[in-house]
Amino acid sequence: MAVTQSSTQAKAKVPMGVASAAFLSGGIGVFVIGLMTTLSEVIPGFASMLNWWSPAGPLVGKTLVGILAWLISWAILHAIWKDQETNFGKIYMFSLILVGLGFLLTFPPIFTMFAGG
Amino acid sequence: MLLTTRDFWAVIHGMVLGALFLLSFAGGLAGLYSMRPEWVTVSGINERIRRLDIGTWIMAIVAWLTVFTGTYIVYPWYRAKPPEGQTDLLAYPRSFLLSMPDLAEWHRFGMEWKEHVAWFAPILATVVAFVVWRYGTQIAENPKLRNALIVFFVLAFAAAAVAGLLGALITKAAPVG
Repeated sequence: MAVTQSSTQAKAKVPMGVASAAFLSGGIGVFVIGLMTTLSEVIPGFASMLNWWSPAGPLVGKTLVGILAWLISWAILHAIWKDQETNFGKIYMFSLILVGLGFLLTFPPIFTMFAGG
Repeated sequence: MLLTTRDFWAVIHGMVLGALFLLSFAGGLAGLYSMRPEWVTVSGINERIRRLDIGTWIMAIVAWLTVFTGTYIVYPWYRAKPPEGQTDLLAYPRSFLLSMPDLAEWHRFGMEWKEHVAWFAPILATVVAFVVWRYGTQIAENPKLRNALIVFFVLAFAAAAVAGLLGALITKAAPVG
């Protein structure tokens, strides 16, 4: 254990803000894909708004919006937190909740329920 | 024994890239789980972290290639609309499934879930690869971070497993080839 510590002391310790930004942005990306999936079912015309490439239909828009949300939020959160010791436990739990919601919102029985069956 | 272009891409998407991601998961999970200073020596941790770093990046790249080939190459063949008056729908898997009452759920439930949930795998796998690369041996000293990585890694696998399993079953009911 002591040897392990001395080996890593040679490299600068990375603050937990870096991991917090990565996990939270991942949660945001997954949640946004879920949200786009459900909104496409619930709001008339929303799916055709996301139909950016006809051969694959609205799937392209839904996923690219999610990826953009992920990358933009990651860049912003990383810039803010990269030198900070954040409350990793709390941020990670929130990230997990977002991932869980993302899974739920892409689950067909859930989004068809929101769409009124 | 001839592969059509559609067969070829369906094999690349599902059996080469998708299967590679799912199969390499066990190795990655074992690597993350064993990153404990009480279990391995310093040189052991350094060696494992290099392997884990390369392994998680390869998995993330493979996951991206899987969803891109799936969405932009295979999926358009799946959802192509048949010409007016076409009665033989076998070359149009989505229309074929929806035309058969006992198969329609493969599209309404199976494909609808698969096509969206699959995209979670590369996002979550990239987060894991980035954190492993950035923190390196610090993961061994920080059980909270190690456990967080393991959970995200398992979630990436779960998303890919749902997509892979549904993809295989849908292909059995209505192949794109």
